[in-house]
Amino acid sequence: MLLTVRYFASIREALGFGIEPVTTQAPDLAALRDELIQRGVPYADALARGKTIRMALNQLMCNESARLSEGAEVAFFPPVTGG
Amino acid sequence: MNLPRVSIQTADFNLADEVERLRANDARVGAVCSFVGTVRDRNDGATVNSLELEHYPGMTEKAIDSMVDEALARFDIYGARIIHRVGVLQPLDQIVLVAVTSAHRGESFRACEFLMDYLKTHAPFWKKEQTLDGARWVDARVADDVAMERWGIPSAS
Repeated sequence: MLLTVRYFASIREALGFGIEPVTTQAPDLAALRDELIQRGVPYADALARGKTIRMALNQLMCNESARLSEGAEVAFFPPVTGG
Repeated sequence: MNLPRVSIQTADFNLADEVERLRANDARVGAVCSFVGTVRDRNDGATVNSLELEHYPGMTEKAIDSMVDEALARFDIYGARIIHRVGVLQPLDQIVLVAVTSAHRGESFRACEFLMDYLKTHAPFWKKEQTLDGARWVDARVADDVAMERWGIPSAS
């Protein structure tokens, strides 16, 4: 399936871009994150398992067990700091 | 009148104008509680020259709008207005406004604090500070998560 993956703040900076199409068979966000990490640097650092990373699926905050579907918009970002 | 409940904007805002619009000549309103967040010139021991706010266009508006729905369901309030600025801001600038109306003060105070706690922990904004030592991303604070958990909403979903 084809996803739109977005990155924000320090993760966006580490990767050097904020949006990319990703073709994957990953069933959920955890598997997608692992797949991206396996691409190596800079993903391996930016999305590393030791880091606290928040996720959204179709613009709703979710956890790693969220199931992916064709055309979904996924986002990875650090804990939020607004207000 | 159909006023927006949530605005994400680079422009500044005027507290008095926003409160007047929110009250909307509604004589049921007996309490208006507002919170304005402003940019400090110091954070974590460093002098802050400027602050840049990034957000997730589309998700930000939706997330905050659902927070307002939640506040309307939890508290006996008439209306709420939230403005959050993005882009580059300087010390003394206003960043965020939360204003709430109700019949009595207690509900407005609580709803205003609830909305601010919710926004701090769940709205997709990120601050980057320019300091004398260079630029740095602001870290999330545990205290903000603790504040949110008081309302029975987990900090990190």
